[in-house]
Amino acid sequence: MTNSSDVLVIGGGLVGAAVAYGLAREGLGVRVLDEGDDAFRASRGNFGLVWVQGKGCGMSPYATWTRGSASRWPSLRDQLLSDTDIDVQLQQPGGFHFCFSEAEWRERGARLAAIRADLNGDYPFEMLDHAEVKRRVPGIGPQVFGASYSPMDGHANPLKLLRALHAACRRRGVRMTAGVRAQRIERSGSGFAVDATGQRFHAARVVLAAGLGNRALAQQVGIHAPVAPNRGQVLIAERVAHFLDYPTTYVRQTGEGTVQLGDSMEDVGFDDGVTADVVSHIAWRGVRSFPALAEVKLVRAWGALRVLSPDGFPIYQESASCPGAYVVTCHSGVTLAAAHALRIAPWIGGAAAPAGLEHFSGERFLQTDKVFTHGH
Amino acid sequence: MQADKVDVVIVGAGPAGMAAACVAAERGLTVTVLDEQDAPGGQIYRAVTKANARRLSVLGPDYAAGGELARAFAACGAKHERGAAVWQVSAARVVDYVQGGVVKSVQAGSVILCSGAMERPFPVPGWTLPGVLTAGAAQILLKTAEVVPGEPVVLAGCGPLLYLLAWQYLRAGVPIRAIVDTTEGADYRRAMAHLPGAVKGWRQLAKGLKLMRAIRRAGVQLHQGASDLALEGGEAVEAIRFTARGRASRIPARVVLLHQGVVPNTQISWSLRAQHRWDDAQLCWVPVTDEWGELDVAGIYVAGDGRGIGGAQAAEQQGRLAALEVAHRAGRIDRAARDSLAAPVQRALRETLHIRPFLDALYRPKDANRIPADDVTVCRCEEVTAGELRGFVRLGCLGPNQAKSFGRCGMGPCQGRLCGLTVTEVIASERGVSPAEVGYYRVRPPIKPVTLAELAAAHEARTARAEAQTVEAADPAER
Amino acid sequence: MVTDSLFQVLPAAAESGSVAITFDGRPLRVPAGASVAAALLAAGVERFRTTPVSGAARAPYCMMGVCFECLVEIDGAQSRQSCLVTVEHGMVIRSQHGMRALAENDAMTEGARDAG
Repeated sequence: MTNSSDVLVIGGGLVGAAVAYGLAREGLGVRVLDEGDDAFRASRGNFGLVWVQGKGCGMSPYATWTRGSASRWPSLRDQLLSDTDIDVQLQQPGGFHFCFSEAEWRERGARLAAIRADLNGDYPFEMLDHAEVKRRVPGIGPQVFGASYSPMDGHANPLKLLRALHAACRRRGVRMTAGVRAQRIERSGSGFAVDATGQRFHAARVVLAAGLGNRALAQQVGIHAPVAPNRGQVLIAERVAHFLDYPTTYVRQTGEGTVQLGDSMEDVGFDDGVTADVVSHIAWRGVRSFPALAEVKLVRAWGALRVLSPDGFPIYQESASCPGAYVVTCHSGVTLAAAHALRIAPWIGGAAAPAGLEHFSGERFLQTDKVFTHGH
Repeated sequence: MQADKVDVVIVGAGPAGMAAACVAAERGLTVTVLDEQDAPGGQIYRAVTKANARRLSVLGPDYAAGGELARAFAACGAKHERGAAVWQVSAARVVDYVQGGVVKSVQAGSVILCSGAMERPFPVPGWTLPGVLTAGAAQILLKTAEVVPGEPVVLAGCGPLLYLLAWQYLRAGVPIRAIVDTTEGADYRRAMAHLPGAVKGWRQLAKGLKLMRAIRRAGVQLHQGASDLALEGGEAVEAIRFTARGRASRIPARVVLLHQGVVPNTQISWSLRAQHRWDDAQLCWVPVTDEWGELDVAGIYVAGDGRGIGGAQAAEQQGRLAALEVAHRAGRIDRAARDSLAAPVQRALRETLHIRPFLDALYRPKDANRIPADDVTVCRCEEVTAGELRGFVRLGCLGPNQAKSFGRCGMGPCQGRLCGLTVTEVIASERGVSPAEVGYYRVRPPIKPVTLAELAAAHEARTARAEAQTVEAADPAER
Repeated sequence: MVTDSLFQVLPAAAESGSVAITFDGRPLRVPAGASVAAALLAAGVERFRTTPVSGAARAPYCMMGVCFECLVEIDGAQSRQSCLVTVEHGMVIRSQHGMRALAENDAMTEGARDAG
């Protein structure tokens, strides 16, 4: 059958493309189904951080998982470079989270200390006062009270990453079908059949990496994946001469020299627009962080819809009722790209599940006695 | 963000905006006109309120007529905010702008977008070289400062504006080295099918013919049916190359003025996610509107060239129609009054537009000058070539938004204004589908740049206001 | 770059007044009331900036605020669209080379050097 492959990956964003690449590296025949040019595409909204510090408070498996991805990122970078000649500009010099008051600083310190305790001390970070931050990051404003710094953090170019993953997939024989939308998945023989915009595809295994589309699709394969949109507004300012060596949670300078500022967390449904209120708030925080940015011009602002589960953590699950069907979803497509390509893909390919994966099953949301909030 | 409230906000003080303001104010609506420049007139009537007799004579009677409209506008009672650059219009009709370094906001009952047109990009080799400008730019130099080329200039391309400029230069005594006209026999033949319409617009046709006669009589070197245009030069333009009548030519020139028509400025209408359609006669995107100019976004209208190229008269007429509908919706005039006031304007509009299909056919820009060869720069800001763009398509890129993500095409300061049409057409051509299927860039605010400090100040002002309100609410006894 | 001027004020209009400005430190006499872009072109400036991507020389193209080629620094403010700013007496204008620099901030530049 021409439309048949070992694995069908639904979704060609950062998550789907990373999984597809990993599977292709395992020697499997992969096809990726991707929507058209103007789909929601969380991937295009991504800030570009490869970020560890602060994540997984109260959910240490996530802290460990994130850390594991960051440590494997150089390997992903090298593989992509080798397969495509595209340098995704990974830099891992460590990162800063600025605090603008003593209360904020103490709260930050407590949060990181709690995560460290959960990981039995294996969690490097420092709480720095203003003077020490200024020594390392010249140009911070006087209102920066202090910051947390962790050597685990970094950033990459998210658009180059997406492009590199697509190119690497092609190089490894992945068939990419663009402009189709998966509508129905059903079991067919020992595998699956997927109907997408008038075409039918067959595969032994199917991976749902369709972002917000996973919610409906997952139900068809017996997985509970209650993801919902959460908007983050992002600002891009014009190129400026290099001034920032480190990524920070709200301000980073890209490889091209543009300055990226973020972000927000808003429950506004499928609205990916921007609001003057939030845009001005983000600008204000940016100028407070780096006063020299005052006269820099905003070139573009957009809203990106995060694919957020009720607790903010990923959902990785193989369906019990439909073995061979998987859901892979998260809101940190850049940070977790390495884990997706190098740990999730082999698992889907038949290897043992990575340690701790069971914590990310969608079943956790079926506990009706629990109230979930976004960990961020 | 705290916003003033106004019945109608009009973006742009060109012919459409000025006419709309006059009608809206006349009907008793509160009107605010936001315009980027410091004087009304838009581009076609740019600096008309400051023009002396000599300028008016050089520029011609059509330009001078704009002065009357500007005078009526000044007297109509609309609030005219100068130097106001709109950076966002929301579907809820909040209009954010920056003026004198201060971010401001106004809540509108209705919005009429009158952003006009801009020059169609002209992606030929060397078009980014210093010394290469558009014919429109040359007119602006003439209108605003009486600045003209200091040595014999070459005009290249096609379209009424090119010839108008040549005629204006002749009147000003500016030597024209040559006109390199891409119009050829096939264009005349194609245009003949629309001759009946042209004949109905015979006044405009006569004006055009008179212009062309004057240019010929002045003995300007004219090369017709020109193809394979290229601009040569290292750090700046030094010559223009082309083929005409089977012969390759090269004319040295240090100023070259390009023009192949104007296209609607659709940044704001796209940013509202309003529906647009690809107009194959005008080879551009046109917002989908009803007869009054309303978009599929309630309460937001487009009037003028931004709705489809029609020229200054049509812009005025559309401005009036949009304002009449707005007045009707606001309850100032009933339907019968609206229709009876609109009828003569609609008639005049139909007459004005009779000649359009003829002009669109005659001056249809050449494929090669819209869909360039691989080595030509398509995105000037990010310096992405047509070849690189075609490469993205081969990598699976379906449309302009993916192209941005593949190669930064369209991400520079101009946010796709000068590359958007080209990108849509190059991708369509490479994919073998229609431009309509390919779509256009997702346009996002800020429509015009605003600094981080300007935004930060707006945030502080809002927070201060919120705090003041909290304090007031908390201590009523203190008042 | 100032050479034999590619543009000039119409001889008949020359009496309309002029103002004194500087461009990259060089004093220029330019037509009053014009945009900065028009003024610079009339004074013989051919190159306004170089691009951040390749360092190619650029000059005004559209004169109406859509092409963003005419970006220069005016009185310390960078990336100004000079076709949208009216020229005024005493303006200090500088061409922009590649990416704009950030505001003068000695601590930042020194620190950047140290951090290397």
